[in-house]
Amino acid sequence: MSVVTDLSPKAAGGGRMTGLRLTASRHRSWSIVLGIAVVGAILPVLAYLPPFSLAQPANAWIDGYTNAGVFVLLALGLNLVVGVAGLLDLGYAAFFAIGAYTYAYVASPFGNSVLGINLVESLGTEVGGLVFWPMLLVGALVAATFGILLGAPTLRLRGDYLAIVTLGFGEIVPIVFLNSDQLTNGTNGIGGLLRPSLPIIGSFSAINPWPYYITMLVLVSFVMIMCYRLVESRLGRAWEAIREDELAAAANGINTVTVKLLAFALGASTAGIAGVFNASKLVTVSPDQFTFIVSFTVLSMVVLGGMGNFWGVAVGAFVIYTINNVLLKTLNQFFDQTGFPILKDIDFIQLQFLLYGLALVAMMLLRPEGLFPNSRRKRELHTAITADEQDSLTTAEGTTEEGQR
Amino acid sequence: MSDNVLSNPPILVADQVTRRFGGLVAVNKVDFTIPERSIVSLIGPNGAGKTTFFNVLLGVIDPTDGSVEFMDRRMIARPERLAVESLLWVLPALLTGLLAFALAEAGILSGRLLAVVGFLVLLLLIGMLLLAIIRPVWYQTRLARVGIFRSARPNDMVEAGVGRTFQNIRLFKNMTAVENVLAGMHSKLHGNLVSAMFNSRGMRVEEAAAERRADELLTLVGLRGKGNEAARNLPYGDQRRLEIARALASDPKLLLLDEPAAGMNPKETQDLVALISRLRNDLGLTILLIEHDMKLVMGISDRITVLDHGEKIAEGTPEEVRKDPRVIEAYLGAPAA
Repeated sequence: MSVVTDLSPKAAGGGRMTGLRLTASRHRSWSIVLGIAVVGAILPVLAYLPPFSLAQPANAWIDGYTNAGVFVLLALGLNLVVGVAGLLDLGYAAFFAIGAYTYAYVASPFGNSVLGINLVESLGTEVGGLVFWPMLLVGALVAATFGILLGAPTLRLRGDYLAIVTLGFGEIVPIVFLNSDQLTNGTNGIGGLLRPSLPIIGSFSAINPWPYYITMLVLVSFVMIMCYRLVESRLGRAWEAIREDELAAAANGINTVTVKLLAFALGASTAGIAGVFNASKLVTVSPDQFTFIVSFTVLSMVVLGGMGNFWGVAVGAFVIYTINNVLLKTLNQFFDQTGFPILKDIDFIQLQFLLYGLALVAMMLLRPEGLFPNSRRKRELHTAITADEQDSLTTAEGTTEEGQR
Repeated sequence: MSDNVLSNPPILVADQVTRRFGGLVAVNKVDFTIPERSIVSLIGPNGAGKTTFFNVLLGVIDPTDGSVEFMDRRMIARPERLAVESLLWVLPALLTGLLAFALAEAGILSGRLLAVVGFLVLLLLIGMLLLAIIRPVWYQTRLARVGIFRSARPNDMVEAGVGRTFQNIRLFKNMTAVENVLAGMHSKLHGNLVSAMFNSRGMRVEEAAAERRADELLTLVGLRGKGNEAARNLPYGDQRRLEIARALASDPKLLLLDEPAAGMNPKETQDLVALISRLRNDLGLTILLIEHDMKLVMGISDRITVLDHGEKIAEGTPEEVRKDPRVIEAYLGAPAA
């Protein structure tokens, strides 16, 4: 794992890279595919082995991995906005919702009646399910459009102010879906969505988690490759630059407006893809799936995983999701069965957010750069003191020299 | 040498530039020209308005009055006919919307087709608004042709050919030296979203060329072999030089240096003088310098302009300025009567 997590761009600077890492950075896309294939092969094997197989059946594990994958996608997208471009976005779940509802409109009887088409009835579940694949792209585009719409009015805002506006947007979207009854079916949401299908396999089903799992692996690899390519391009450098110093970036010819809008759009499009996938898996969308808790969870995944490092963020998302949804439940079962004195009376699921909060506090104090930090972020947080000292030294020098004149 | 440089055609002309902050007049009706391939300096006591003037030239702050022309193109002035521009954002969408409405009333458009048209009108509106926010160069020139004008932003100035450094170093500290220079090259590169996503051949070729160019620039300013060092870990003098390399990366015609020698020791200052002369003589750059170090200014400038309390009080060759009684008064105070 340690080999894989350190793939951050130019991590050690050309000369010092060891053989394996050098190969990995040269053939970035292949190494990502390989890495995800290996992880994707090991995880199901684990599900069949003792400590894990006791907790829940293997199929439940694989289904859980897929759900975790949705959060991995979200975390990758948010990392682009928060970790790379430095735009704090607290309303990220809005784009997740927009992606999900986009799919729901096209792939459900109710949605079709709103749009005035009858795709579901005329095509049937088997053929109709094929629409899932182009809808991944459409969902991404629609979410990206809304990303730009959110981005445009916030261009002049920074830091806390930006966070508040995005928080507002994140609240507005689910509330709109909740209250426009005739268009979205309100609280009940839109149900009966088509499951994806493929020519030979046919429609995906709730019983067999494998097709979803493999689709998710492909999506994560794809998004990860795109993220790396973007970050290592001219655009990625511009994002880093505006995160470091916006005025200096503008003074070096970077059109901060375009660059920020693109960051919002691309982050949102990833959430859109995750939304389409999640909707097709749950077969229903409703406003309560997209509350602030989702935005907050994804943000803490990004922070805990290591802002700016895509592998770190992916691992962070996976770990947090698994702890939240599997480990706590398992702890309850385990202590109930063994009848451990005090612990058996504690409901760990109820303590979820307490544990979460404690983990965040501990993390920020002990390792603020995250579990698997990006080299740049590590530099920022660990050389901060020396740099400040250096600054104060130089200003002192400046004043004395001026005084002498 | 200096006389003949000063008679070159001007590359930048500032005309009656004024900037007020509330009641304070930071810059007052300053006329200023920079002849091509010259090194001109702007000096003045603290608070004289040098940096404000500088920021106006670069589009960082808008002037209250006056205008700036760069290479015969008006870049900065008070905005004109902004109302017309804002009409332009909504008018196309409004007209098509009304047309669609009329057609629907007449019964020609209906049902799904009408919905599609409505959607397209919405997209048109969003598109026009985005265009107005992003303001690409072609959009600005097109507008300028019909008399709608807004000051250039800092990134437009860079694109037009003006590079700058900052008084207090503003490098991208956590990026390496090479990455800093590459970021400075942003406006010269063409890689976009699509080429990045598909990792196109054209982009890889361009990136490789850009990295070679960045190495050249680092060598030029004397930072050879320090490319992979994080900017924040470089010594102070090197950081100053890296900032110059970053500014050079956009291939500017005019380079504005804001107190490049601040905080440097005499040896470093000497190297800087050599570098600045080389930039002019070898690369043919025009250089505007704001500086406190009089030795540097007097030694290198073809012309010196002195600002005090926002007004130009003297202008001329170093010798003329050195002897000018108003300059001496500004720096040392009036002689006792």
